[in-house]
Amino acid sequence: MTDLPVLLPFRPPTPRPGLEFLDGRWIAYLALAILLAAGAAQAQGTPAAESAFSVILKWTPLIGSGFLLNILISVIAMAAGTLIGLALGLCQISLLPPVRAGSWLVTQFFRNAPWLVMLFYCIFMLPFRITVFGEVVEIPNWVRATIGLTLPVMANVSEIVRGAVQSLPHGQWEAAESLAFTRGQTLRQVILPQCLKRMLPPWMNLYAIVIMSTPLTSIVGVEEAMTLTRGALNAERRGDLLIPMYGALLLAFFVYCWPIARLTRWLEQRNQVRV
Amino acid sequence: MAEFFRELRTTTGLNFTIFYDPFDARRFGYAFLMTCKLSVLSVVLSLIIGVAGAFAQGARFAPLRWVVAGYIAFFRNTPPLVQMYFFFFALGAITPTVPDDIGMEVPMVSSFTWALVALSLFAGAFNVEIFRSGIEAVPRSTVEAAESLGYSRLGAYRAVVLPLAFRVCLPSLNNNLVNLVKTTTLAYAIGVPEMLYVANQIWSDSLNVTEMMNVLLLLYIGLVTLLVWIMHRWERALRMPGYGT
Amino acid sequence: MDTPLVSIQAVHKRFGDLEVLRGVSLDVARGEVICIIGPSGSGKSTLLRCVNALVRPESGRITVAGIDVTAAKLDPIALRRRVGMVFQQYNLFPHRTALQNVMMAPVSVLKQDKREVEARARALMAKVRLQGKEGAYPGELSGGQQQRVAIARSLCMQPDVMLFDEVTAALDPETVKEVLVTIRDLAEEGMTCLLVTHEMGFARDLADHVYFTDRGVIVEHAPPAEFFGNPKDARTREFLGQVL
Repeated sequence: MTDLPVLLPFRPPTPRPGLEFLDGRWIAYLALAILLAAGAAQAQGTPAAESAFSVILKWTPLIGSGFLLNILISVIAMAAGTLIGLALGLCQISLLPPVRAGSWLVTQFFRNAPWLVMLFYCIFMLPFRITVFGEVVEIPNWVRATIGLTLPVMANVSEIVRGAVQSLPHGQWEAAESLAFTRGQTLRQVILPQCLKRMLPPWMNLYAIVIMSTPLTSIVGVEEAMTLTRGALNAERRGDLLIPMYGALLLAFFVYCWPIARLTRWLEQRNQVRV
Repeated sequence: MAEFFRELRTTTGLNFTIFYDPFDARRFGYAFLMTCKLSVLSVVLSLIIGVAGAFAQGARFAPLRWVVAGYIAFFRNTPPLVQMYFFFFALGAITPTVPDDIGMEVPMVSSFTWALVALSLFAGAFNVEIFRSGIEAVPRSTVEAAESLGYSRLGAYRAVVLPLAFRVCLPSLNNNLVNLVKTTTLAYAIGVPEMLYVANQIWSDSLNVTEMMNVLLLLYIGLVTLLVWIMHRWERALRMPGYGT
Repeated sequence: MDTPLVSIQAVHKRFGDLEVLRGVSLDVARGEVICIIGPSGSGKSTLLRCVNALVRPESGRITVAGIDVTAAKLDPIALRRRVGMVFQQYNLFPHRTALQNVMMAPVSVLKQDKREVEARARALMAKVRLQGKEGAYPGELSGGQQQRVAIARSLCMQPDVMLFDEVTAALDPETVKEVLVTIRDLAEEGMTCLLVTHEMGFARDLADHVYFTDRGVIVEHAPPAEFFGNPKDARTREFLGQVL
C-alpha cells in the first residue's frame, strides 16, 4: 500500500469482478488466431504436400511431452527457489547486521545476473556426475538447468519477501511489540500472515517469468518443447512450416500462461479493494 | 597487464586470453560494445512503443484499442526466446534477400535487427501498461485543480499529469528496463555477436570455459548493478518529499 | 506519596542531530492520570515510547512497577506485560477479527487459557460498548470503533499502566467523544494513565496533573485547575492562547 494521499494507488488496468478473469472474448480471439495461422499455412503449402495443420497434429504428442518437461522444470525451480528464497528473504530482515548484509549481497548477485548466463554457468560449472556413497550418479542436463533457474527464482522470492514485510506500516510492529510479542511471534502471527496476501501476485508473476524462461534451456541442450520443435522442423525440411510450427509453440505457451496472468491480475485487484 | 595474465597462465593454468591475446581482446571488446548498442537501442525503441501504445489505448477508435490489447496480451504471455526464433527463423525466411559486397545473398534484415525488433516489442508490451497505469494514478481532481488555475487540457498534462505519472511509474519502468538489458543475452540464440556469443566462441577456441564463464558472469552482474544503482539515484532525485517511501 | 508506579528521571534522547528529549523527569503514582500536552515535535510521543522501551533513551533512568526500563539487560517482554499502549493510528491487525485482536496477545504471549481469555475479551468488548462487533474485521469498523478495540486489546493484557498516544488525533470529531468516554471510564476505575493529547477540555476534566513540554523539556506542570487557570510560564500561556 502506498502512502500517497494525493496519488491514487498504482493499479494495473481493467478491473473485472468475480471469476470473469477468464474472459470469453479473449477465448474467441485465441480461436480466431489459431484458425488464421492454420489457414495461412494452408494457403502457403503446395497442394501435394501434407497440410500444415495435420503436420502440427502429427508432432503434437512429441512436442507436448517436451512441453511437460518445460512445466516440470518450472515447477521444480519455483518450489525450490521459493523455499530457499523465503529463508533468504527472512535473513534480509534479520536484526543481525552481518546476516542482513550477507543475504542482501547474495540476493542482489543472483537478481542481477542474466538468466541465460546463469543457465550457462550451471550447465558448465556443475559436475556431470557425483559420487554418493560410492555410487556414481549422473546428473542430467535438465537437472542442472533447473538449478540454473532456481537461483534467480530464489533471489527474486527473497526480494518479494523483503518488499512485502517493508510495505507493512511500522505501526504493526510497534503494536505487536507493545503487546509483549517476541520478534518471532510478531513475524509469525502478525507480519507474515498479512504479507502472504501481498506476496501472492508478485509470486505468480514470477512463476509466469519462470515458465517463459524454460525455452532457454533448449540453448544448453535440454530436450524440451523448443528443442523438439526445431527437431521436427529439421525432419520435415519445409520452409512453409516455419511460421505455423513456431506459431503453434507460441500459442501453446500463451494458452498456459495467459490464464495465470489473468488470475494474477484478478488477485491484485481483489486485494486492492480489500485494503 | 598482458604480461601478468600470460604469467598467470604459465604459473596457475588460469587462461584469461581476453587480457593478453589481442585477437580475443578485440573481439570481446566489440562484443561488449554490441551488448551496449543492443541494450541502448532496444531501451529507446521499447520506450517509444510504450508511449505510443499508451496513447493508442486512450483512443476513441475501438479496433485500435483492441489491437494494442492483443499485442500486450500476446507478448506478455509468450516466451521471449520463442518470439525471437519466430521473428528470425519464421519471418526471416519470408523476408527478401539482397546481394552483399562479394555477391552472396544475405537477408535484408540482419539477425541484429531481428533481435532488436523482438526485444523492443517484448519490453514495449510491458512499458505500455506501466505508462498507462502511471497516468491513471493521477486523480481527476489534480487535473481539475490545474485547469481551474487556467491551464489548458494539454498544458495541464504537460505541467502536472505527465511529471506526476512519470514519477509514479519510474520504479516499475526501471525494473523493466533492467530486465530488458539482461534479456539482450537471448540474441545469442540467433547468432548476434554480443558478449555471451563471443565468450562462447572464445572458450570453444581456447578451452577456457571456467575463466570466461566467471569473467562473463561478473561482467554482467557489474553492468546490471551499475545500471540499477544509476536508476535508484535517479528515482531518489525525482522523489516527492512526503509522498510514499 | 508512596513509591511512584512510573518514574522518569532526567531522560535524554536524540535522533541523529535532533535532541528530542533534553532531561525530562516526572513521576506517576498508582491510579493517577496525567496528561502531557505541548506543540508537535516537542518529544511527547517519544517520551511515551521510552516508557515501554519502544525507544531506548541515551541517558536517564525510567522505572515502571519496579522494573528498570533503562537497564542494559532489560527483558522488554516482561515490561510490556505491565504496560499497555494505544496508538494514534490504532494499529489493529487487519487480518484478524476484533475479538481475535483482543485475544491474541494474552493467549500467545501470556499463555493463558483460551476460554478464560475469550470470556475476558468479550467482557472488554462490552465494556468499550462494542458488543456485536466481535466478528468484524478492523477494515469493517469506523475509526472510533477501531480505537476502542485497540483499547480493549491493551486492557486484555491486564496492564498496570496505560499509555495513550494522541489516540483521538486521527478520528472524526463526532467519534472522538466515544473514545474519550471509554478512557474516562477507565480512569474512574483507577487505571494509571499517561496521555499525550490535544484535547484540552478532556485534560482539564480528567487529569490529576498536567505537564507542558516544549523542545524536549517540561516547561511547566501543575494540577489542571492551576495549570489552565493560572499558567506561569510565557510559553505555556502562548500555547494555551493558541489552542483554547
